[in-house]
Amino acid sequence: MAALIQCQDLWKIYRLGDVEVQALRGLNLSIEQGEFVAIMGASGSGKSTLMNILGCLDQPTTGRYWLNGVDVAALRSDQLAEIRNRQIGFVFQSFNLIPRTSALENAQLPLFYRGVSLREQRALATDALSRVGLKGREGHYPTQLSGGQQQRVAIARALVAGPSLLLADEPTGNLDTESSREIMAILDGLNKEQGMTIILVTHETDIAAYADREIVIKDGRVQSDRNTQAVARLSPSGA
Amino acid sequence: MPTFIFLTIWTAVRILGRNRLRAGLTMLGIVIGVGAVIAMVSIGEGAKVAVAQRVATMGTNVIIIFPGATTTGGVRGGQGGAVTLTVADGLDLKKRIPLLRDIGWGKRDVMQIVNGNKNWNGPVNGVSPSYLMIREWSYTSGGPFTQQDVDTAARVAVVGQTIVENLFDAGEEPVGSVIRIKNMPFRVIGVLAPKGQSAQGSDQDDIIFIPFTTAERKVFGTQFLGSVGALFASTERPEDLAPAVEQIRETLRLRHRLQPEQENDFIIRTQVDIGKVQEETSETLTVMLFAIASVSLLVGGIGIMNILLVSVTERTKEIGVRMAVGAKRRHILTQFLIEAMTISLMGGCLGIVFGVLGARVMTVIAGWPTIISPNTVATAFVFSLGVGLFFGLYPANKAARLNPIDALRYE
Repeated sequence: MAALIQCQDLWKIYRLGDVEVQALRGLNLSIEQGEFVAIMGASGSGKSTLMNILGCLDQPTTGRYWLNGVDVAALRSDQLAEIRNRQIGFVFQSFNLIPRTSALENAQLPLFYRGVSLREQRALATDALSRVGLKGREGHYPTQLSGGQQQRVAIARALVAGPSLLLADEPTGNLDTESSREIMAILDGLNKEQGMTIILVTHETDIAAYADREIVIKDGRVQSDRNTQAVARLSPSGA
Repeated sequence: MPTFIFLTIWTAVRILGRNRLRAGLTMLGIVIGVGAVIAMVSIGEGAKVAVAQRVATMGTNVIIIFPGATTTGGVRGGQGGAVTLTVADGLDLKKRIPLLRDIGWGKRDVMQIVNGNKNWNGPVNGVSPSYLMIREWSYTSGGPFTQQDVDTAARVAVVGQTIVENLFDAGEEPVGSVIRIKNMPFRVIGVLAPKGQSAQGSDQDDIIFIPFTTAERKVFGTQFLGSVGALFASTERPEDLAPAVEQIRETLRLRHRLQPEQENDFIIRTQVDIGKVQEETSETLTVMLFAIASVSLLVGGIGIMNILLVSVTERTKEIGVRMAVGAKRRHILTQFLIEAMTISLMGGCLGIVFGVLGARVMTVIAGWPTIISPNTVATAFVFSLGVGLFFGLYPANKAARLNPIDALRYE
C-alpha cells in the first residue's frame, strides 16, 4: 500500500536578515492512510514548518514530498490551493473562523471556492455541522458560540470538502479540559469510525495520547517515532 | 464561477453594510465625483446645443461675402471698408455657379424710425427678396415684399419683434400701419417671427427690412448705385459649401480683374466657419468642465484605494484562512475588486441621481441650458466602474499576493 504522505530529505532554510535559519534538516517521514499521528516537539524544533509543508501552505527548500502519490514540491501556488481545497482539512489553535459570518457559511467556505451550487454548499455544510454535533446552530455567529463550539465549526469546515488528511495544529490549545475532551473525542471518532488520516500537533502529552503514533521532532529532524496504540487505549479513560 | 461571483457580490454588500459609515464616506467621494462630471458635462452640452441653435438661425448652408478692406496711401480701412461688391456681382455669380441655390444682397444703416409719438433707432436693411428666403425668416403676420416691390422701389417694410415692441403698443397690429423712416412713410406689410440671439450674441430681432432699391435710391443715398453691404448665397447641400466658396472666389477675382499677386478684395465666410468657431469654444468649455470634475472623481478613487488598503490589513487573517481552505489568488483578487467596484458602482448610481438633479437646479436657478444625454450617464457609469477597478486593483493585488502562512499568523 502506497503511503499517503511520503517525505524524503526535506530541508527548509529561511533567511532572517543576515541569519540563516535551518528549520528542517533532511527530515524523512512516511504516514499511511488512516493513521492518527501526534507530532510533538519544543518550539523552534521545526514542527510548525513541517506542518505548513504537510498542509501545502509552504514548500520545502529542497527535498520531496508526495501526497497521495503527487509530488507537491513541484506545484505552483494555484495547484497547491487546489490540493488544500480538496485533500486537506485544517483545524487551528485559534479556530480561525471568519468573523460576523454564520456557522453554516463558515462551514461552506471550502465549497465556495470549488464552484459548487449554493444549494449543494448548504446541504453539505449542514450535514458536516450535524456530524460535529452542531445541528440547529447553523445560523449562529462565532461570537454566539463557546470556544469548543467554534472549534467544532472549524472541524465541520475541514470535513465538508471530504479531505483525505486532517491537520490539527494545537486544536485544544485555547480550550478548557472539558471542551478539549469533546474535540478529541470527535477527532478520535473520525479516525476510528471513518478512517480519516489525522495529524495532530500538540505539546500536551495527554492530548498526544489519543494518537496511535507519536513523532518527536528536534532540530529539524525526526528524533523519535513510536507506536503508542497500547498507551492510547488506556490513557483517555485513565486521564 | 457564476455562483462564486454572485456570492462574492453578496458578501461584499454585507461587509459594506457592516461598516455603513465608512462605506458611506468612501462612496461619497464617488457620488460627488460622478455627480460633478454629469452636472458639468450637461452644462457644456447645453451650451453646445444653444450655440448650434443660434448658428442654425442664420439659415441653411449660408455663404456670406463681405467687401474687403481698402488701402489708401498705406492706411488700411477695416473689413467692408471698400465698395467692391455689387448687385451685378451677385447676379453673375448666380448665373455662373450652378451649385448656388439662391443669392441675395443687402446693405444696412442705422436710422431713426418713427410711429406716431414713439421712435426707435434701429438698423434698416435694404435687401433683395431672395435674402429673406436665404435667411429663412418666417412671419407672425403679413409676409415679405416681392420682386415687384423692388422693381417699383415701393415704400413697404417688414419689421422684427424688437421694433414692434418699441414702436407699437401692446396688442396693436403693426401690419397695415404706416411708420416713417427718414421722414418717408412706409407701410408695414409683415412682422418677422423672433430668432433671438445670433451666434455672435447680437439681437437678430432688432431689424427692419425694406426693398433694396427703395433703400439705395430713397433712404440711404448711395454714392455708387448697385453697391451692396454683403452678398448672401446658399447651396442645396452642406458638402457643396466648400466647392461653391472656391468657385465664388475664382469668379469674383476674375470679375474684379485681380492680378495673381493681389489679395482678394472680398471676404467669404460660410455658416460652417462661423459655427465651427462657436462650437470649438463650447467644446473647449465642455472638456475643461469635464477635466475639473474628473479631479473629484480621481479623489474619490483614491478614497476607495485607501479604505481597501485598510480593509486588506484588517482582514489579513481572514485572507489567510480563505487561502488555507483553498482560495486561489484570483479568488482573493476578485473578492476585493468586487468590493471596490460595489462601492464605486453604488456611488456612481447615486452620483448620477445627484448629477441630474444638480443640472436641473442649475437650469432653474442660473438659467443655464443643460442637456443630460444617455451618453453622458453611460460614460459616468462606466467611469465610476473603471475608477473602482483601477483603484481597487492595487489593494486587491496586495491581498492576493499575501503568503498564506504569514497571513494566517497575522495578529
